[in-house]
Amino acid sequence: MSDFPRWRYFLVAVVLVLGTLYALPNLYLPKPAVQVSATHSAVVDEALQQKVTAALQAAKISYLDANLKHDPSRGDFILIGFANGDQQKAAADALKPVLGDDYTAAFNLQSTVPSWLSAIGGRPMPLGLDLQGGVRFLMAVDQNDVIDKQEIRYTQDITSLLKDKKIPFVSVARDPTRGQGVNVVLGSAADRSAASDAIATEYTDLNVTDGASTGNRFVLNAVIKPIKLRDLATSAIRQNLATLSNRINALGVSEPVIQAQGEDHISVELAGVQDPAEAKKVIGATATLEYVAGLGDARDPAVQDAVKTGNVPPDAHLYYGRHGEPYLVSKNIIATGDELVDASSGNDSQTGSPSVNVTLNSAGAAKMLDFTRDNVGKPMAVVYVERTTDTQVVDGKEVRTPKTTYQVINYATINGVFGNKFQTTGLGSTKEASELALLLKGGSLAASMDIVQEGVIGPSLGQDNIEKGLKAVLLGLGLVLLAAAIYYKLFGLVADVALFFNLVILVAVMSAIGVTLTMPGIAGIVLTLGMAIDANVLICERVREELRNGSTPLAAIRAGYEKAWATILDANVTHLIAALALTTMGSGPIKGFGVTLLIGILTSMFTSVTVTHAITALIHHGRKLKTLSV
Amino acid sequence: MEIFSHNSNVHFLGLRKVSIGIAVLLMVASIALLATRGLNYGLDFTGGVSIEATYDNPVSVEDVRSALDKGGIENATVQSVGGTRQVSIRFQPKDDAHFVLQEGKSPNLDLIANDVAKALQAGRPDAKIAGKDYVGPQVGEQLRSDGVTAAIFVIIGIGIYLWIRFERRFAIAALATEVHDVLVTLGVISLVQREFDMTVLASVLAVIGYSINDKVVVFDRIRELFRSSRKADPEEILNRSINSTLSRTIITSLFTSIAMAALYFFGGPTVHGFAITMLIGILVGTLSSIFVASPILLWLGVSKKDLMPVTKENPELARRP
Repeated sequence: MSDFPRWRYFLVAVVLVLGTLYALPNLYLPKPAVQVSATHSAVVDEALQQKVTAALQAAKISYLDANLKHDPSRGDFILIGFANGDQQKAAADALKPVLGDDYTAAFNLQSTVPSWLSAIGGRPMPLGLDLQGGVRFLMAVDQNDVIDKQEIRYTQDITSLLKDKKIPFVSVARDPTRGQGVNVVLGSAADRSAASDAIATEYTDLNVTDGASTGNRFVLNAVIKPIKLRDLATSAIRQNLATLSNRINALGVSEPVIQAQGEDHISVELAGVQDPAEAKKVIGATATLEYVAGLGDARDPAVQDAVKTGNVPPDAHLYYGRHGEPYLVSKNIIATGDELVDASSGNDSQTGSPSVNVTLNSAGAAKMLDFTRDNVGKPMAVVYVERTTDTQVVDGKEVRTPKTTYQVINYATINGVFGNKFQTTGLGSTKEASELALLLKGGSLAASMDIVQEGVIGPSLGQDNIEKGLKAVLLGLGLVLLAAAIYYKLFGLVADVALFFNLVILVAVMSAIGVTLTMPGIAGIVLTLGMAIDANVLICERVREELRNGSTPLAAIRAGYEKAWATILDANVTHLIAALALTTMGSGPIKGFGVTLLIGILTSMFTSVTVTHAITALIHHGRKLKTLSV
Repeated sequence: MEIFSHNSNVHFLGLRKVSIGIAVLLMVASIALLATRGLNYGLDFTGGVSIEATYDNPVSVEDVRSALDKGGIENATVQSVGGTRQVSIRFQPKDDAHFVLQEGKSPNLDLIANDVAKALQAGRPDAKIAGKDYVGPQVGEQLRSDGVTAAIFVIIGIGIYLWIRFERRFAIAALATEVHDVLVTLGVISLVQREFDMTVLASVLAVIGYSINDKVVVFDRIRELFRSSRKADPEEILNRSINSTLSRTIITSLFTSIAMAALYFFGGPTVHGFAITMLIGILVGTLSSIFVASPILLWLGVSKKDLMPVTKENPELARRP
């Protein structure tokens, strides 16, 4: 039939087959599983698997299968599948005491998609927090760290202020007690009052009081005002929230929920995360870099002495390198991760080893410039700082101790003057380099955070609501299909077939690009389908009009499709603009909804115009028609 | 089957003074409602209280939820945490006499936790409160300003598209009606004080898409009729366009409403907000497509000659599928 060229039939067939294929994985529901993996370097082997299965048998928990899996990026783990969630939860509870501290038993999901489907890239849509649950972390912002950072900053600021104003002073140092501010020791009462005035006018957030004066030591104490501290704490939470959002979004975790909780907690919920341990690495990672002056490496006698006696010079830290070699580095930090504006991973052009390319902000760059200009030929160290929390069970209670580890990842002589851009080498692997770049780029945390609670959460909607929602969706769809068939007869039926394929293709596209499905997303699908039928309503009404105006049936079909197309295009493009805005602005459910709408409009333009045209052409092909069933 | 007579020739534009009058009235009323009563923002926007409860014996999330409902704590999000014995409950205790949203810590948290404990223990005596805290909103300020930016982007984007494809006056009429539809929909939500959460926001944004779609179909017919008829009296053309697209306008609204009504009546509480907002939006949007958009066009003085210079349409766009 000349109205509908052969290549279009071919296109329709190819799209339908691909759509069906990639929508198919959603029919294979994943089964609940428990994943046993090693926390440190413990061995995961067949013996452990036997131990696990024996424990399950002892607890009379039936499982479907247990498999030892090898994964180069995650290490080995054992995955045990269960028939339902209750058994899964019971099994995790039963396994934890058996496994001890060296292993973790975490919830996971085991895909049941056949391997041939996975091989061609078929995968089901990840489900959102409301439909499936996910992992949750509760993080505490360390308020002491907020105070520490500010007091250290004010110590430096006051020192430079006094130098600028040429007020002679004996020393400027933090009070040994946290929160007690900065103590400035001056040589005379006159100097003290001058310093007091200078500090009070320059830093209005400080309360300046005179301290004890003995002999020629006149002490001045500057404490951060409580209201300022409160502001700092709130802004620390806010900045940490933003930083976490950046990091998690960069990871591509869809629809995370990141909320402030209480005064100093942040709750993070991630849907569709299969492996809590993996998620924790990024969420919990509070790694940063510090650039400091190097005071000596392992060959230096001072360093050997410090290692032997434990006597570290007061202005230095004793840190160790990647291979356990000791270094002495200055306590004065040249630049930190706070001052970073961009970071990307790459390879060093000379040695080919993994590297992180760093761009500093203007303040950081100025400090780096000053330092490198004055210290060419002297060493500089790059220190990798990571905070972790150790959990130990003492007297039945979990005790968490935050631990900060420092590692010198690079110790080299300054060859020239650095500006705002430079490279850091000395990382262990490409993966490490890209992870560090991601963390650095995600912004720095205003105050360090510890994970104080982690766990798997169930779907927030509850199983009954999910079932209700799905039933309603199917009912709604069924009613629309029925109404279309009654109102437009054969043309309505054709539209119904197209609508069904629209659903299939929509699901296929959403699965292929990995859109997280949530309840609002499902509602969005229903809305899309409701609106997809609009194109067919437009076509059918046009065909009817043409018939009324006396066109022959075939001419009516042709004119109907022709005239309706311009309208459908205009209507859909405007709708598309709206959906695009939802997608770009949105977060969480809004974004998911927008993406669903966006894809739905595109697929519906194809199915409700091209697919129905193909079917209509096929039905009416070569027949002498007196009337049309429309 | 046909519900509408294809010969319908209702003189919609004759009612334009009345219909525009009602539309303006509705808009003013909606603005007044939004200004005085405001929207009843949900947990997503305002934050609320988070309570962790533990049970001695395994408990199902459904039981916890129904116990809370019975105890008068509505719209709580209940999730199982970690195992079968611990749940996290989050809600916005609006009607709780003990709850006053305050800066910083508030002693009322203990009283709220007591209320929750009472509700839970009425069903299961082994329930204990393990922790309580305030939770911040999920939708941060950043996101809200992003939302405003997006809305402006939508309006400008749609305006530009209609300007290019149709004519300036069509863009203005569409956007004016669009603002009307969104305002009135929000006005109704404010009037009935439905909880405004993320899903309701999503559906308000979907209403924008739906209603613009609806208007464009009528506009398309107006353009077509102007171009094909020899002497075109704008009022007659507009009226004929509304009449000839009337059955499509109503049938599409009907079909979409059927799906949304099914969601509303059988979909459970989570899609309630979405469905009812869509239903309101569809009704408002359909009525404004028929009664408001075209009168504005007429008022703006659209005529045959405005549409003629652009007859050299892009052949790509005009080509049939």
